[in-house]
Amino acid sequence: MNTPRYYVPARSHWPILGAFAVFLTLFSMASIIHESTHSQVSMFSIAMAVVAGFLMLYMLFGWFSEVVNEGLRGLNSDQLKRSFRISMGWFIFSEVMFFAGFFGALFYARTFSVPWIGGEGVKGISGMLWEGFTAHWPLVKTPDMTQFQGPMGLIDAWSLPFINTVLLIVSSFTLTFAHHSLRHENKAKTLFWLRSTLFLGAAFLCVQVAEYGHAIHELNLTVSSGIYGSTFYMLTGFHGAHVTLGAIMIFVMYRRVDNGHFTPDDHFGFEAAAWYWHFVDVVWLMLFTFVYVL
Amino acid sequence: MSQTGVLEGADAPTDEEHHHGPDKGILRWVYTTNHKDIGTMYLLLALGSLLIGGVMAFVIRAELFQPGLQLVDPNFFNQMTTMHGLIMVFGAIMPAFVGLANWLIPMMIGAPDMALPRINNWSFWLLPFAFSMLLSTLFMEGGAPNFGWTFYAPLSTTYAPPSVTFFIFAVHIMGISSVMGAVNVIVTIFNMRAPGMTFMKMPLFVWTWLITAFLLIAVMPVLAGVVTMMLMDIHFGASFFNAAGGGDPVLFQHVFWFFGHPEVYIMILPAFGIISHIISTFSRKPLFGYTSMVFATSSIAILSFIVWAHHMFTVGMPLAGELFFMYSTMLIAVPTGVKVFNWVTTMFRGSMTFETPMLFAIAFVVLFTIGGLSGLMLAIAPADFQYHDTYFVVAHFHYVLVPGALFSILAAVYYWLPKWCGRMYNESLGKWHFWLSFIGVNLTFFPMHFVGLAGMPRRIPDYALQFADFNAVVSVGAFLFGASQLIFIYNVWRTTIGKKGIKATDLVWEKPEGLEWTALPSPVPYHTFQTPPKVD
Repeated sequence: MNTPRYYVPARSHWPILGAFAVFLTLFSMASIIHESTHSQVSMFSIAMAVVAGFLMLYMLFGWFSEVVNEGLRGLNSDQLKRSFRISMGWFIFSEVMFFAGFFGALFYARTFSVPWIGGEGVKGISGMLWEGFTAHWPLVKTPDMTQFQGPMGLIDAWSLPFINTVLLIVSSFTLTFAHHSLRHENKAKTLFWLRSTLFLGAAFLCVQVAEYGHAIHELNLTVSSGIYGSTFYMLTGFHGAHVTLGAIMIFVMYRRVDNGHFTPDDHFGFEAAAWYWHFVDVVWLMLFTFVYVL
Repeated sequence: MSQTGVLEGADAPTDEEHHHGPDKGILRWVYTTNHKDIGTMYLLLALGSLLIGGVMAFVIRAELFQPGLQLVDPNFFNQMTTMHGLIMVFGAIMPAFVGLANWLIPMMIGAPDMALPRINNWSFWLLPFAFSMLLSTLFMEGGAPNFGWTFYAPLSTTYAPPSVTFFIFAVHIMGISSVMGAVNVIVTIFNMRAPGMTFMKMPLFVWTWLITAFLLIAVMPVLAGVVTMMLMDIHFGASFFNAAGGGDPVLFQHVFWFFGHPEVYIMILPAFGIISHIISTFSRKPLFGYTSMVFATSSIAILSFIVWAHHMFTVGMPLAGELFFMYSTMLIAVPTGVKVFNWVTTMFRGSMTFETPMLFAIAFVVLFTIGGLSGLMLAIAPADFQYHDTYFVVAHFHYVLVPGALFSILAAVYYWLPKWCGRMYNESLGKWHFWLSFIGVNLTFFPMHFVGLAGMPRRIPDYALQFADFNAVVSVGAFLFGASQLIFIYNVWRTTIGKKGIKATDLVWEKPEGLEWTALPSPVPYHTFQTPPKVD
């Protein structure tokens, strides 16, 4: 009687809708970016982007609701729960590699290309391209200041970025407190610590917006002010997008805790969001070290 | 209710509730969560891409039949070489292997389906959208991407046609699809093996796909990163690949090939698995050196992360870099040699027969080795200065990709088709297909070695007169090879849809090893395993 039996999957309309939503989102983004460079952004592209946005929301909400409901109805076997854990782990690994590419670009520019253009090192012969350019990092004076006007100053690591470091580290702790409270079935405390985490995440994003404003308007540090600005905005921008995504996940978990979806031993949705949040935190520590401090 | 997993005892649904066949009509394919349906769709998409990419190759070879410009203008020629490469790599070879993974992995490890069936269908359906977007660039102002499948900056940034933005986003969609597909494969292999199926009992196709999936998750995000940097350079004034702002066009090549070199192993490791199965079956001997095969595959995967700059020997790297990447690249010959040794030793004193899959497998071993050895020549940094960007390189990577990866896919289809559809393909048509392909492929790619060593550059629509005779031969070979694939399509069509051919037995071949032969009937039921099979 105790032979395990396999469960058979049934059909679903979410994947095709998901594929179409992703396509429409990226296609409309491509259209808007393409048109903004080559002509003028058309109403059609904007309309397409709006539709794509709603479709994405509908798809994500619908698909995740279905998964959540299946879990609540007890349809998920232990094996499936294990599948969810393993897949979240590998998904985060793919995100690590995404950031690794940008960090690689940063290290390459700092260690190789900028010194070489400045006439230093084994490929210092490139120094003849722009006579008088000297290498330094962060790169304030670019090789060709007419094409890429360098920034007038840099952001002090120990001002806003340091505040942000503290905010994110504390938020990792508050999230862990929330996890402990969840394991001890203390719903009020769980919600309190989740609210704190969300508040800290939101504060982080606000500080980042203020920092961007300061950088763009007062320091003239933009994505087009040479390789320092390019790597700076690529890394901090994608990190900020990931903080936003992580905060959305935590907000969903807040609602789910509030609705009593989790038990002390079965709350993988919560853990997945927490793993993601810690991952985003670690990326920030790398960023703080290599973009701001060093 | 769309999950897969093991339910214990009394909670299990009864057969009547869940033992249903496929739905009728087109929605079966659109809404499916079945690994076989999804595998079939991947294989059909790969076939479609093979035909489209093949037609592009025809355009290239027709133009190069004679010296001088005759059919297309040089810019369109460049679009054809670029799109041919992109479509064959991302649209034909990769989806074909994912299709085979979908069909075979659950059957081989005793699982009911893939671990995440809905994600599986999502991964598939992203691809038709991505390729429609990529192909639509052909009709845009300024034409399709014309900077080569490696899209080096600044050709792909400063000097790119406006359609490059759509190319970038198409690559993003393919990347999402590949990463999700790879996560699914890893989770399936880690978590869905039947009780008793330990890692070192897994069939080699499963092992090679596990490692391939790891490579995909590690490098597809880097590809997404590099195209994002291109996007920033093109539209937002960033200077990642522009030295005037402190960046470096060579940085593009480093990041691209950090993705690109593991990518070429993504396209060959599953082939190693397939060939190991087929050679063992038709030699009627267990595979020689299973354990060493597993470790060789893993070593190749690890080494693939530290060899990328051998694609860039002439770009102006420091000497230390040239030496490091030269020696690390040569190391790959060791695990690859182990594999070739094991295949040959499996055949040694075996009681061999030469059915179509075996013919393709033996051709694979010989021709892939030729491609591997020319790779060893290219790995020698000082010699590469002569070979770089010539037809010698084109010959090299087509030898590993066409009689390598593609032959293994064709062999796999012939080998497993009777299990999938319950009927034998037509053996004499299969042999015709093999021999014409074999002759065609060598006529096409072997003379490329000679013209390449003599200095004929790649990606140029015209050439010096002394290369004319070889190029005429190459073009004839290419058309022969392309046309002979129609025999394959007809053979598969008449076996599956035409329902011709004798019924296959459950074992199909004489004593093949693996759950898909011993534990499942031919054709395989729509839902593979209702209960976990026994693994000794």
